[in-house]
Amino acid sequence: MYTTLILVQTLNGLQFGIILFLIAAGLTLVFGVMDFINLAHGVQYMIGAYFAFAFASWTGSFWLGLVMALPAALVFGLLLEAVVFRHLYDKDHLEQVLATFGIILFLNQGVKVVWGSSPLFVPVPELLQGSIVLFEGFFYPVYRLAIIAAGLGVAALLYVLVNYTRAGMLVRAGATNAKMVSALGVDIRRLFMIVFGFGAMLAGFAGAMVAPILSVEPGMGDNLLILAFVVIVIGGIGSIRGAFLAALIIGLVDTLGRTFAGDVLRLFMDPGGASTVGRAIAPMLIYILMAAVLFFRPAGLFPVKR
Amino acid sequence: MLDTASPATKAPAASPAAPPAARPSLLRREALAFALFVFFAIAPALAQIGAEGYLLSLVVRAMIFAIAALSLDLILGYGALVSFGHAAFIGIGCYAVGILMAHAVPDAFVQLFATLAVSAAFAFVTGAISLRTKGVYFIMITLAFGQMVYFLTTSLAPYGGDDGLTLPTRSLVFGSDVLENDLVFYYVVLACLIGVYGLLRAIVGSRFGRVLRGTKENPVRMQAIGYNPYHYQLAAYVIAGMIAGLAGFLLANHIEFVSPAFISWQRSGELIIMVVLGGMGTLVGPILGAVSFLFLEEILARITQDWKLIFGPFLVLVALFARGGILGFFRRAK
Repeated sequence: MYTTLILVQTLNGLQFGIILFLIAAGLTLVFGVMDFINLAHGVQYMIGAYFAFAFASWTGSFWLGLVMALPAALVFGLLLEAVVFRHLYDKDHLEQVLATFGIILFLNQGVKVVWGSSPLFVPVPELLQGSIVLFEGFFYPVYRLAIIAAGLGVAALLYVLVNYTRAGMLVRAGATNAKMVSALGVDIRRLFMIVFGFGAMLAGFAGAMVAPILSVEPGMGDNLLILAFVVIVIGGIGSIRGAFLAALIIGLVDTLGRTFAGDVLRLFMDPGGASTVGRAIAPMLIYILMAAVLFFRPAGLFPVKR
Repeated sequence: MLDTASPATKAPAASPAAPPAARPSLLRREALAFALFVFFAIAPALAQIGAEGYLLSLVVRAMIFAIAALSLDLILGYGALVSFGHAAFIGIGCYAVGILMAHAVPDAFVQLFATLAVSAAFAFVTGAISLRTKGVYFIMITLAFGQMVYFLTTSLAPYGGDDGLTLPTRSLVFGSDVLENDLVFYYVVLACLIGVYGLLRAIVGSRFGRVLRGTKENPVRMQAIGYNPYHYQLAAYVIAGMIAGLAGFLLANHIEFVSPAFISWQRSGELIIMVVLGGMGTLVGPILGAVSFLFLEEILARITQDWKLIFGPFLVLVALFARGGILGFFRRAK
């Protein structure tokens, strides 16, 4: 019984980690290549979920909704880049924080105006409904497995793109030394536009994927944004590999911590105290982890070499 | 209180924004700050004309956040340390009041002492760790500590947990409930603001402040001429934390309610926004920023419930076109 719980929560943690990775991947590249702090990356995730909702209810099909949400998120990201972000590259970090904070306020309120403030629900597609038996007495929702599979697929695709294509090579070079790449005659702005649009699409994809298992609501990206920052800082800014591993670690630590912190503490203290302390510590775990990682490795686990 | 004898007047070269040649008189140099303080001082009278207590309450809130923004600016504007967890100190101040109140210790001085002691200890420990990192990593590690305090308060079930804690009364001064009078409380907050302004003016102008600014410009050079930047930054971090704790103490007394919502990362973000909006690296800027942030919020919210649709783009425009924030904008307009 207990083993089953651990397995289920481990899978939940993996699934959460995969979603985090999809958001963190774009964020770490934008950050690594352009040294640009984009607090508004979380709203891209929210926008993706809303697009998926809108297109799915318009067409009546989750799949069409998902397929249409991707280019919509891409276009939306490129639009934001052209209207605002493009003009912020030369500004310092604090002005970027100020502007992207303004964009968060605007878009969180914007979706409220368009779609209302109450949470919206997207039905799980028929094909992926229900649970499957992984082995005797162990059920798991198909849809969550599908998220894990899709996320791993995207991670593999990204790995190939970044490591084996010319654009990927430029992105890696840009993350290491953007000035040098620019001096070699590469249009770093255009490269960044591509990275940015791609990152926006990945975040939008994450949003669209979770729409059926979470409620779609204004501000849903705010807390994930912070977690995505935690991921890229632990992983090492600009490193896709670091972001992937850190996302899985954070997903697992957070999910397992919330379920089992009390139980683990019970080994050392009385049950009442253990559950109280467990509840207090569980949500702090990942921040304690981040502080510890930065203490011992101030540039993250997989720093991009400079 | 406003340091006439401060070495600031003798150190023209330290701040690039300061005009190098003529040394302006104290009155002229601090004209904007004085104007703000005079406005605050007579605002209650104006509010009487408008016959609306809410205006008074809004100004009190603006002054409290001005104190918090000022404290952040000491490390942000003068030390280039972008703390993304500054709201944690406000939270410590709030909960020092709330928790002591819940244990029947309503004395203002005991609560204030607890606030300052805990803020200082928390700032010392987290600052000592955070300052090992630089730049963006510093932003993130301060965020991590801020979030730890946030989640700690959400789990304080005996003190309201997520829902927060309503205070039975404001803090008692020598057993008297004199702070219950809104006008008295108003002037106490104003006195705190002016006191903090004066203190920071003295700190910024002192040798300590010049070392801090020198560290911001070039830490290697400061080290080369024999200063340890780490110690100065840590001291500044502790001072800033204590002042923000004071702001939290006042905030809890103002709304007679404490809640984890005061400590969320968005609140820390708002403090940064206030400083940058007003003009960082100055002492008037954070006050201007806090006041205009809260007033704009209030005014826009009265016009439309979708005020963030206007406020958001406004922040974008400030970031794009007003280098140096509102203060910088006016300086160039002159």
